[in-house]
Amino acid sequence: MVNVNLTVNGKPVKAVVEGRTLLVQLLRETLGLTGTHVGCDTSQCGACTVHVNGKSVKSCTMLAAQADGATVLTIEGLAANGKLHPMQQAFHDHHGLQCGFCTPGMVMSALELAQHNASPSETEVREWLEGNLCRCTGYHNIVKSIRAGAAAMKAGA
Amino acid sequence: MYDFDYKRPTSVAEAAATLRKAGEDAVYLAGGQTLIPALKLRLRKPSVVVDLGAVKGLDSIAENNDGLLIGALCAHASVAGDKLVKNRIPALAALADGIGDPQVRNRGTLGGSIANADPAADYPAAVVALRADVVTDKRNISGDGFFSGLFETVLEPGEIVTAVKFRVPEKAAYVKFPNPASRFALVGVFVAKFKDEVRVAVTGAGASVFRVAEMEKALGKSFKAVALDGIAVPADDLNSDLHAAADYRAHLVGVLAKRAVAACG
Repeated sequence: MVNVNLTVNGKPVKAVVEGRTLLVQLLRETLGLTGTHVGCDTSQCGACTVHVNGKSVKSCTMLAAQADGATVLTIEGLAANGKLHPMQQAFHDHHGLQCGFCTPGMVMSALELAQHNASPSETEVREWLEGNLCRCTGYHNIVKSIRAGAAAMKAGA
Repeated sequence: MYDFDYKRPTSVAEAAATLRKAGEDAVYLAGGQTLIPALKLRLRKPSVVVDLGAVKGLDSIAENNDGLLIGALCAHASVAGDKLVKNRIPALAALADGIGDPQVRNRGTLGGSIANADPAADYPAAVVALRADVVTDKRNISGDGFFSGLFETVLEPGEIVTAVKFRVPEKAAYVKFPNPASRFALVGVFVAKFKDEVRVAVTGAGASVFRVAEMEKALGKSFKAVALDGIAVPADDLNSDLHAAADYRAHLVGVLAKRAVAACG
């Protein structure tokens, strides 16, 4: 067993995990943070995307032990004081989802894009979403949401 | 995933000692973007996983005589976004920026990629075309001789890649034909022009990266896409699978080599 100490959504977390425990298992099964989803479990769909030390990663393709000492941000860590994060609000306003399963990963991935590039073009958003699959929407409203969310983040910054 | 013992050494020497002690079926873990999926599919069953993630000093990028020394634990996104790489070898930054997807680029590493030696990986083309040396905890290995076959390198058991030294070319470009679904290179061609030679390195097409001597010779005389007219790569030893037949891959080598030369400007 491995001892891990990390910060998740601003709170310190201590856990004892097996070597093979995935970060997503620690988040969902131990910490009860089920907003992070497991879609494909084969590193392709990005539904499990969270931020580790500010960078988007697939939490199904990282061991919990590898996150020792890291700062992790999940979808649950975005809304503050009952108010959605601007990127979440943009997905709501622009109907950037149908079933919603891929949405947490889409939002977390979009956040990293918006942090690098405050005004991404449609092409840049579509290229960035290479690692996030949606099987319902055809991406159109997701792209719209991300551009609007980035604009709202820029306006609020 | 089968269970294993997890070790997290903090130095190269400690990592090597940990692996040696753990025995033959222990493995190193770098970014894990290949190894973790393989563990999940139970394609690998190591007794011990030695994580290199906490090893210090393997994630820097520095100028070094006529080259760039890039630490083995540099993530693809770090290489892609690094000012020095973008300035000195923009083709290498662009290659790193085209690997996988953003999340994979945030975790996957240079050292992990070349040690794994996937036949469709992008970095091997750069290692060979940019006359790189692979630096390990034991020696320097010429990039030309590093890849020895399908998922095979000349690394000895337990040897750790610590950095790769890429030479700075006069001009270079990497062009790949990504598989429409996986985005892995069906074929990728890296063309690099140095003062004294031109190199054409091909990934994705064969069991391992290879150079095309006839193209290099022609481009050495005239560094223009038309210089490659009429040069055909034999399909004999190339990969054939459901994604592309060998003769199509051979055809792509010619097309992409021309595009790469054109992209050199």
